Amino acid sequence: MAAPDQYRWRRDRDGLGVWEHRGKVALAGFGHSPVDRRWDGVLMDKTLGAYSVLACQKAMDDAGVMPDEIDGVICCDSHIAGGSGGSASQWAPRPYFAPPYDSEWGLTLINARWVIEQMGLRNVRFAPTGVPTIGEMVGMAAQAVGDGLCNTCLVIYPAGNLEGRYRRGGENADDYARGARQWTAPWGNHGGNDFINIFPHRQYCRKYGGKHDDLAPFVVNQHRNGLLTPWGYNATHKVPQLTIEDYVSSRYILNPLRLWDCDRPVNASAAYLFTTADRARDMRQPPVYVLNHSQHNFRQRTTQADLDEIEDWTDRAARRMYEGAGLGPKDVDIFNPYDGYAPMAQFFLEAFQWHGVKRGEAFAFYAGDIRVEGPHPFCSSGGNLGNGRTRTAMYTDSIEQLRGTAGARQVKIRAETALAAFTTPSSGGWIMFGKHPR
Amino acid sequence: MPKLIPVPDALSQPFWDAVNERRLVLQHCSACDRLQYPPQQACHVCGSPANLAWKEVQGKGHIAAYIVIEDGRLNRRMPDQPYNLAMVTLDEDPRVNFYSNLPGTSPYEVPVGAAVEVTFEGVAPGRLIHEWRVVA
Repeated sequence: MAAPDQYRWRRDRDGLGVWEHRGKVALAGFGHSPVDRRWDGVLMDKTLGAYSVLACQKAMDDAGVMPDEIDGVICCDSHIAGGSGGSASQWAPRPYFAPPYDSEWGLTLINARWVIEQMGLRNVRFAPTGVPTIGEMVGMAAQAVGDGLCNTCLVIYPAGNLEGRYRRGGENADDYARGARQWTAPWGNHGGNDFINIFPHRQYCRKYGGKHDDLAPFVVNQHRNGLLTPWGYNATHKVPQLTIEDYVSSRYILNPLRLWDCDRPVNASAAYLFTTADRARDMRQPPVYVLNHSQHNFRQRTTQADLDEIEDWTDRAARRMYEGAGLGPKDVDIFNPYDGYAPMAQFFLEAFQWHGVKRGEAFAFYAGDIRVEGPHPFCSSGGNLGNGRTRTAMYTDSIEQLRGTAGARQVKIRAETALAAFTTPSSGGWIMFGKHPR
Repeated sequence: MPKLIPVPDALSQPFWDAVNERRLVLQHCSACDRLQYPPQQACHVCGSPANLAWKEVQGKGHIAAYIVIEDGRLNRRMPDQPYNLAMVTLDEDPRVNFYSNLPGTSPYEVPVGAAVEVTFEGVAPGRLIHEWRVVA
């Protein structure tokens, strides 16, 4: 058996056929920590470590699983804020505390080893390091359980934020543009999916018609769905419902990208429990089966991805996911693509042709009834825009919709399959869930 | 404020040396007859490094799209806000594009589709970067 860090689990090529473990792996539990705007650097019950332990405990309780049953832990061990950090100052080092908070581990960074030690998980045999973000982690967990590397696996995704304006530090505070940034930063590209998507979005408007503010109904609806999500930032902090007027009068970040097109960085953690379908049937909740997972990592050909590339990438990712699931656009009931920046969602919607939406038709779709109680409940989760930059609402809502426990967000249409992702058009992963294994 | 200063590496040094001489050179794969920018270790199309060489290009292009940076994250560029950031395609191969702040064009007044030509401006003593200016 390959060592955890050499494990080849990805389904990141075309032509792999239907996933060999389709319907044999299930998601049995999930848990969320509180979602704070930031960690204040002082309160020890609000560190990412404390929140990750809490989320894991909730996921285990949701499934009815004891610590000794956990034999796999997949925990993202990098900063969500990346090389530029979360503030104008250094994230680390800082004054540390007594063990187990005597380093960044447990404060702003979490890894499997820390979780295993804190929670006393004695029977873990699969705990890889260098773990990617949740868009791919869920695929790794599904494949690992399917392959028998572990039977009951926790997936943990911490999302950290400290004081100061997001990503103004580190490399963004440098006078020099190093590495790949020598081709982008001198002219103002600070690196991120705001830039990657806004240029194709401009080209989209010229090619298909429409204007940037045609995104307003989508963003407003994301906020509405977020307020219907009891654990999310917007609901727990009573953020007022965004209106169309709020949106169109909001300030620009990268004109035409507006403030409300951007997600709100938060400090939170979430955990998901993957297991075999057979085991899941004996657990506390109805199983949510995994029908396929897929990943992609497309390389752009020049400085800035253009509309042709974005559409090609998302088309390929959609074909890859549908091929592996043995399903097509008409089979997808719940659709929760990533919305970290609002212009991304339209490319996914059109690529996957959810509810028949084709290239150039997203704005008209957004202007229709996309409420959760309506005929086209797009992004029923509210995503990041409605819940804060947790990157997990897409997964949790999908699970709840299939279980029938989404409460005020429960859709009125059929809810037997769900497609969810934290992904960008160029890289990441998708997962398809089903209420039934076949 | 001057722009951020690019740090050349072994792969990009010939490019930046040419820029300092006010020349624009791109990698060209003779097997694929394809230009590529930014430079890479191998041809983006065939995957081979064997047929890559530097080729001077004319430096003519067109503005494909633009944004205006009003609240960016780069500390060094904040005093310049708001400023244009355009995506400029190369006439010799429009699949190749560059970023440009379009010196001489006011923020928000970018003529999408207009012709541009390469120019060079200083970012540090003895260091130039390539820019693009709308052709009158």
